[in-house]
Amino acid sequence: MAKPKVAFYWCASCGGCEETVVDLNEDILKVADAVDIVLWPVALDFKRKDIEALGDGEIAVSFINGSVRLEEQEEMVKLLRQKSGLVVAFGACAHLGGIPGLGNFTNREEIFNRAYKETPSVENPEGVVPQEKTDIGVGELTLPEFYDTVKTLAQTIPVDYYLPGCPPPPNLIMDAVMAILKGELPEKGSVLAPAKALCDVCPRAETKPDKLSIAEIKRPWQIKIDPEQCFLAQGLICMGPATRSGCGETCIKANMPCRGCFGPVEGVVDQGAKALSMIASILGLDGEDKMSDDDVKKLIEGIADPAGTVYRFSLASSLLGRKRMKQGV
Amino acid sequence: MRKVTIDPITRLEGHGKIEIFLNDKGDVDKAYLQIPELRGFEKFCEGRAAEEMPRITTMICGVCPTAHHMAATKALDDLFKVEPTSTAKKIRELMYNAFQAEDHILHFFFLGGPDFVVGPTAPAAERNVLGVIAKAGLEAGGKVIEVRKRLRNIMRAIAGKPVMPTCGLPGGVSKAVTEEEREQFIETGEYAVDFCKFALGLFDDIVLKNKDYVDLVTGDVYKHRTYYMGMVDENNKVNFYDGKIRVVDPNGKEFAKFRPQEYLDHVSEHVEPWSYVKFCYLKKVGWKGFVDGEDSGIYRVAPLARLNASDGMATPLAQEAHDKMYEILGGKPVHNTLAFHWARLVEALYASERVLELARDPELTSPDIVNLPTETPKEGIGVVEAPRGTLFHHYQTDENGVLTKVNLIVATGNNAAPIWMSVEKAAKSLIHKGEVSDGILNMIEMAFRAYDPCHACATHSLPGRMPLEVSVYDSKGGLIRKLKRGE
Repeated sequence: MAKPKVAFYWCASCGGCEETVVDLNEDILKVADAVDIVLWPVALDFKRKDIEALGDGEIAVSFINGSVRLEEQEEMVKLLRQKSGLVVAFGACAHLGGIPGLGNFTNREEIFNRAYKETPSVENPEGVVPQEKTDIGVGELTLPEFYDTVKTLAQTIPVDYYLPGCPPPPNLIMDAVMAILKGELPEKGSVLAPAKALCDVCPRAETKPDKLSIAEIKRPWQIKIDPEQCFLAQGLICMGPATRSGCGETCIKANMPCRGCFGPVEGVVDQGAKALSMIASILGLDGEDKMSDDDVKKLIEGIADPAGTVYRFSLASSLLGRKRMKQGV
Repeated sequence: MRKVTIDPITRLEGHGKIEIFLNDKGDVDKAYLQIPELRGFEKFCEGRAAEEMPRITTMICGVCPTAHHMAATKALDDLFKVEPTSTAKKIRELMYNAFQAEDHILHFFFLGGPDFVVGPTAPAAERNVLGVIAKAGLEAGGKVIEVRKRLRNIMRAIAGKPVMPTCGLPGGVSKAVTEEEREQFIETGEYAVDFCKFALGLFDDIVLKNKDYVDLVTGDVYKHRTYYMGMVDENNKVNFYDGKIRVVDPNGKEFAKFRPQEYLDHVSEHVEPWSYVKFCYLKKVGWKGFVDGEDSGIYRVAPLARLNASDGMATPLAQEAHDKMYEILGGKPVHNTLAFHWARLVEALYASERVLELARDPELTSPDIVNLPTETPKEGIGVVEAPRGTLFHHYQTDENGVLTKVNLIVATGNNAAPIWMSVEKAAKSLIHKGEVSDGILNMIEMAFRAYDPCHACATHSLPGRMPLEVSVYDSKGGLIRKLKRGE
C-alpha cells in the first residue's frame, strides 16, 4: 500500500514550529518512515506545480503553521486545501493568529510608517516604502501584497483539526500523527489536546485558594515570584484558568505565569473575554462591598495592557478580530 | 535581457528570493536579493507592557528566540535602571552561551559544513548532513545529535523550553539553578568542549589539508573589504552577552567603540522599495550604495566580523583556535566570506568553554536571582550578539512601563547589504555567456550561506542546502529553461 502523502507548509511564522518538529529527535525517523512527505519547504525541494499536478484530496494531510498576512500565503493554503483530505492548523499562529495577530491592533499603513519612516535609526528623507512592483531599469522586481489584517488559517480555508501551542509540544505532535495514521481521529473541528484548563492540571493547583481574591495586581517585576505558589494568589495575572492544557506547563516550571498560547478551553470561543471575566470575578473579591468606584478603577488599572494580555495569542481569532479601521483605510 | 530567478522558497528572516539580470552577452548585469516578509513587530509592540517583551519578541524567530529573549531582558534592565544580581548575570550568560554553541554547531554540520566536508561540487544528493556523517563517521553523527540535545536541555532547565524561552526579568531571572542542574551543566560543558575540538579537527583534516578548498576560501570570488562590528569585553575579547560594541575599518583599525545606549550615533538603516528588509550602514561613513571599501558605510556582523572586530577570545582553547585561523589566513582583518564557517567553529568552542566556566562557578546556584526595580521606567536599550550578528532592542515607555516606541535592528538587517553584495559578486564572477549550471548555483548559494542568513534554513534544511529554483528568461520574458537543484 502506498504511504499516505503528507505536506508541511508555513505562512507568517517564525520557524519555531519547524524547530519543534526537529525536537521530535529520533521519532522524526518513525514519521518519515510511515509517510511520504510531498512538501516541506525548509527541508525538501518542491515546486508549486508539483502540488498543482496532484489530484484533489490526494495529500492525506497538510500541516500548516503561521498566520496568513501575505497574498502568496493565501494562494498557497487554498491550493493545499484543494489537494488535501485533512488540513491541520499547526501551532498558535495558524490556530489563533498568534503573536503576529497582535498586528490587528494596527494596520498596514501604520506598520509601514513605523518600520520605514519613523524608527530613529531609519534615514529615509524621501519617504521610500516597499512597493509591490519596482521598475529597476533592467527589469521589474515584485513583492507580495501585505494585508491590513492578520487572519487565522480557519478564516482563510476550512480547517479539520487544530494542534495548539507556541510551539506545539513534540508529544502532542506525535499523538496527532499516530491518530491520523491509525484513523482514530476525534470529531472534525477538534483541538488535538486535552480539554481541561491548564489551571486544573497546574503543578501549583494545590496552592490555589478555594476563594481567590486579588487585592492588588502585581506585575512580574514588582515582586520576587514565589516558585511554588499559585501566580494568581500572588497577584500576578496568569491565563491558566482560561487556557487549554497540554503544554507540559513549561512556563510555569520556569516560574513564569501562563500567557495563553494553547488558546481557549473546550467550548469557549473567545479566550480573552473568558479571561477578562475570570479576572473581574476575583479582583478585590474580599471586601468588595467596601470599595469605592475609585478603588475599583485603580485596581483594574493595575493591569498594564489588558487587551494585549488576555488576547496575547488570540486577537485574530477573537470576536473582536481587529481594531476598527478608519473609514476609507 | 534575460532574467534568472533563484527562489529558495525558504526562510531568510522569512523567505528570500534572488533575481539575476543578464545582459545581451549572457553576463550578469545586476542581481538583487529580496526579502518578501514583514510582520510589523515594531508597531504592534506599542501599547504592550514592557516586561512582556522577552516573551513577545521571541516570536520574531523561533530558531534564535533566545537572542531576542536576552536582548529584550537586557533592554528591561536598562529601562528600569536596575542591575541584575551577580548570579542572575551568570545564569543568563550560561544559558546564552549554551544557545550559541548549539546554534553554531548545528549550522556547521547541517548547512555550511556539507559544502566543505562533502565538497562544493559533490552531487547534491550527498551534499547534506548525511553526507557529512558518511565522511566523518557514524559516531560523529551521533555526537552531533547528542550535543544538541544536551545543550538544549540547559536551555530547558533555565528557561522552561528551548523554543520560546521564558525566564528574563528586569534585574534578573525567574528561577534559581539547583546543584543537581549545575552538575549536569558541567558535564554538558565538558562534552561540548570536546565536541568542538573534534569539529575543529575535522575542519583541519578535511578543509585545510585540501588545497582546492583553501583556494576557494582565500580566493577573490568570496571577498569583500568592509567594516566589521562585534561586541567586546573590557579587554576587547569577543563577548556574546555583554560589553561595548566595537567597529574596525577595512584595514583592521578601530573605527568606533560605543556603549549600546549610543547605537543611534553609529547605526542607520536605508530603505529600498523592492525589499521589506532594511539595510544597515555606519552613520558616520554614510550610505554610498551597495559597495564595499573605506568610503562605504556597509559593515558586516556575525562570527568572522566579531573575530575581526576583537582582539581575540576570552578562553584559552578558543584563543588558540583563533590565533591559528588568523595565522593561516594572513592576519586581521580577514575579508574572505567563506571564513565565516571557520570563525563559527572558533566561536562554538569559546561558547562551550564559557558554559563550562560558568557552570563550575558555585555562585551559579545562589538563590539571589533578582533585584527588584525601584526607578520609574522611561527608555531602555539592550544589545546582544545573536549567532547571526549584533541585535539591538530599543524601548521607550510611559511612566507605567507601557511601550510607546520600539525599535529593533535584527542581526540579518546588519548583514543584509553585504549578503546581497556577496551574492551579486559570486554571480558576476561565475555566470558567463548565460551558463547557469547546477554547480554554479551551489557556488552562488555558498556566498550567502556563509552568513547563515536564515535561521530556519540553517537548522531545518535537513538535506543541508536551501532548495533553489532558477528560471532563465529571454529578453521578451519567455522561459528558456528551468533548473532545479538536485535534478
